[in-house]
Amino acid sequence: MAKGNNAAYKKMIDKQYQDLMKRCQVHMEQIEKDLPEPKEDLHEILKDRGFSRRDFIKWTSVTTAALMLPPIFRPMVAKAAENFSRLPVVWLHFSECTGCSEAFLRSSYPNVDDILLDTISLEYHETLMAASGYQAEQNLEKAIHDFAGKFICVIEGALPRGLNGKYLTLGPKGKTGIEVAKEVTSKAAAVVCIGSCSAFGNIPAAKPNPTDAVGISKALGIKTVNIAGCPPNAVNFTGTVLHYLMFGSLPPLDSLGRPLWAYEKRIHDYCERRPHYDAGEFVEEWGDAGAKKGWCLYKVGCKGPYTYANCSKVRFNDGISWPVMAGHGCIGCTEPAFWDTMAPLEKPISDKTIGGGEKTVDTIGAVLTGAAAVGIAVHAAASAIRHKGKAQDSGSHNDDRMNTQEGKHD
Amino acid sequence: MTKRIIVDPITRIEGHLRIEVEVDDKNVIKDAWSSITLWRGFETILKGRDPRDAGLIVQRFCGVCTFAHYEASILACEDAFGIKPPPNARIIRNLIGASQYLYDHVMHFYHLHGLDWVDVVSALSASPAKAVDMAKAYNPNPYNCSATHYKAVQERLTKFVKSGRLGPFANAYWGNPSYKLPPEANLIILSHYLDALSVSKVGAQMMAIFGGKNPHPQSLVVGGVTSVMDALDAERLGQYLYRFKEMQNFIETAYIPDVLLAATYYKDEGLSGVGGGVKNYLAYGGFPLDDDWNNLLFPRGIVKNRNLAKPLKVDEDKITEEATHSWYKGSEPQHPYKGTTEPEYTGYDKDGHVKGNEKYSWCKAPRYDGQPYEVGPLARFVVGYAQGNKAIKGLVDSTLKATGLPATVLFSTLGRTAARALETKLVADNTEGWVNELIANIKKGDTRTWTRCDVPKKPAQGRGMTEPPRGALGHWIKIENGVIANYQAVVPSTWNCSPRDKKGVRGPYEESLIGTKLANINQPLEIIRTIHSFDPCMACAVHIIDPKTKEIKKYKVA
Repeated sequence: MAKGNNAAYKKMIDKQYQDLMKRCQVHMEQIEKDLPEPKEDLHEILKDRGFSRRDFIKWTSVTTAALMLPPIFRPMVAKAAENFSRLPVVWLHFSECTGCSEAFLRSSYPNVDDILLDTISLEYHETLMAASGYQAEQNLEKAIHDFAGKFICVIEGALPRGLNGKYLTLGPKGKTGIEVAKEVTSKAAAVVCIGSCSAFGNIPAAKPNPTDAVGISKALGIKTVNIAGCPPNAVNFTGTVLHYLMFGSLPPLDSLGRPLWAYEKRIHDYCERRPHYDAGEFVEEWGDAGAKKGWCLYKVGCKGPYTYANCSKVRFNDGISWPVMAGHGCIGCTEPAFWDTMAPLEKPISDKTIGGGEKTVDTIGAVLTGAAAVGIAVHAAASAIRHKGKAQDSGSHNDDRMNTQEGKHD
Repeated sequence: MTKRIIVDPITRIEGHLRIEVEVDDKNVIKDAWSSITLWRGFETILKGRDPRDAGLIVQRFCGVCTFAHYEASILACEDAFGIKPPPNARIIRNLIGASQYLYDHVMHFYHLHGLDWVDVVSALSASPAKAVDMAKAYNPNPYNCSATHYKAVQERLTKFVKSGRLGPFANAYWGNPSYKLPPEANLIILSHYLDALSVSKVGAQMMAIFGGKNPHPQSLVVGGVTSVMDALDAERLGQYLYRFKEMQNFIETAYIPDVLLAATYYKDEGLSGVGGGVKNYLAYGGFPLDDDWNNLLFPRGIVKNRNLAKPLKVDEDKITEEATHSWYKGSEPQHPYKGTTEPEYTGYDKDGHVKGNEKYSWCKAPRYDGQPYEVGPLARFVVGYAQGNKAIKGLVDSTLKATGLPATVLFSTLGRTAARALETKLVADNTEGWVNELIANIKKGDTRTWTRCDVPKKPAQGRGMTEPPRGALGHWIKIENGVIANYQAVVPSTWNCSPRDKKGVRGPYEESLIGTKLANINQPLEIIRTIHSFDPCMACAVHIIDPKTKEIKKYKVA
């Protein structure tokens, strides 16, 4: 930190971290009092899966850093992981495709996150639960009653507002999605939107938005943490929940409600094909010589320069690949309204304004200008708030961070 | 005196499904209405877009049937553009499709369907040692089978039960007399339920190797595939094969034996035809073995009225959809190229029941030659069997011989579930061959993964018809002025979840419930067992197309 030379400043930062640590300790004690015993013994399961104590410690170090916390918080991350299965989770499905649940079920990482997800206490999840109909509804009622104010409500899917909400009805009483969402979120400790549908509306909200679908925050006028992506990386969810277990609050978010620790970085800046972009080496058409050599996908429509997410770093499915590695451009799925703003998906954005004929960007200079111009347009507001947020990050981790969201959710 | 029962939500499926049935005083189902309760309006969203973007958009019909719609859309575009992908692309698509079959059917049997057959609480009283003996009777080397492991599974569950937090297992139908398995069988399948959570991740990784990620892979384009670096990398092929072997082992030593084990105890249900449904079966064919789609792993065809002696050819012009009982305007059957839709929501009656003769679902009613047809694993097997397909006939006959059951057992809920397991094996038996085919083709010097193409300037139309896990899938696209003018998908769950048609003829789900007796009227176990055997996928089933006016009117609830 550049300002770190200043002794008074350093002292202030230390003080803030001490306060934060105190708050973390108080909160963790509270959680151990408030929430039931862990459903699963994490260390037993880790042992079962061949993880050593050392592996676990390594993981806590990496996770502490990923959450933008200093190393003294490592033991707290460990404790939060042990407490992971205490936290009751109610998972709701609205206007969605279940892709996020699938991503969550089949996420695999060469680390502890994967196991944490296996131990999660799902009190209600329609894709997994054995009970149907009335019994399912009873489970939901029981969970929100027994764990009122303590459970995390995870939402997958947008809310259609058209037809008085009747494009989606749920349960034997035929309640609308909006009614159910209001009822459950009002009792939840926090609302986590998993995927771009619940975060920003995503596909059902793509033009012309036939059902007037919107993200949860916009539909209900509440604050949500948005784990954006179509589907998102499940690891971004575990980190967010760990943060909640440690501090009783959600992690610092960007202006779109996305946790900074996972969505602060631009795909383009951490892309393995970036050197080819800088060298002016582009795939010109699918399967050409450049494609076989792994050159930059900008000219075949990659939206990495306009997209904030950690896909290029964490990848998917045990780190096996991610779309750019598979030779296809990023489609910008962590950004609001990407089906409209990033289309056509196989063309660079700068071509979009050129009517009719094809135009390709042939000089690096033009590429840079084009990219920068659109990048600024898309992210100007976001960046301003992001920087403001960063200045605060080092210290307070306060609940008010959510207030930096400017409701630009659709 | 009849009674109405509503089951909503039907859980352990993709999406939002509601089933309403009428039972008589003996608790036998006399009538049924299947209704989808979510509408998203995908095809409206597609109009005016670049046809090459359609694949990634329609893939979001459904995250469970991820890849299926992506592929069908790309095929429809290739038909409209008048091009064919090179052999490498066809093979890579088969490899991605194979990974989907392997993990998706495994997940369906254990996580979505398993708890309809398996009583979790009963498993607690099983003898682990006896369970080992039982498992070995169905496979010489069963998956993760030992008395210590089975005991550990019991302990883990006991802990759940004691904590009072059963999570997904809470408040279900444990102890219902419709559960027929002995405790040991329950324990074996339940232990595989837990194993399958990890195993299906391996199948997803297979998909990610050539698809970039799972769900929602991102490596198909009109004309081919983009994952050329992965295809040319021997290590990548090795990674795929390594994971494939793990999946195959699970299928051979857990999935297939578990289905046979369940069949032993549920065979009476199968023999009496519980869950049989409509008697017509449709398959479009899938997994092309040559570049002209002449030779397919899953054959194309229909069987009408269970007449196995007379398999028929598919005539695409006979496919229609209508909306007499769906929440859209109009009631005339229309071919997908000409489909129109305008929402007309009329809701339920004041007690929350379907209004008998009116509209009651967001699902349309697809018909072939005016008749409802079942699609999916059972349809593929019935069509293949009737056509004398060697691989399919061989698998069915050897299984029937081993179990001592007649072929008629197939026409049931159990038969549907068994066909799904057998076809998973069929796909697994062929996957390694496709990897070898890819290597051989590349060795010949053919490294093409894309056929050059562009969006046609003149009006064009095309269709993509394929056979993803849940059944016959068709996408129809019309292109004008270089953009999508019209898009329609008639998907497997629309066929199966279909409401009544103009003539009042019930769809496959509805028909399959008629005559089923509920052991306990407050526990809809038999209903969800049969519905789950179709592997419902509601997000897929609901879609609309081509409102004549560009905007969709917002209707007040009538």
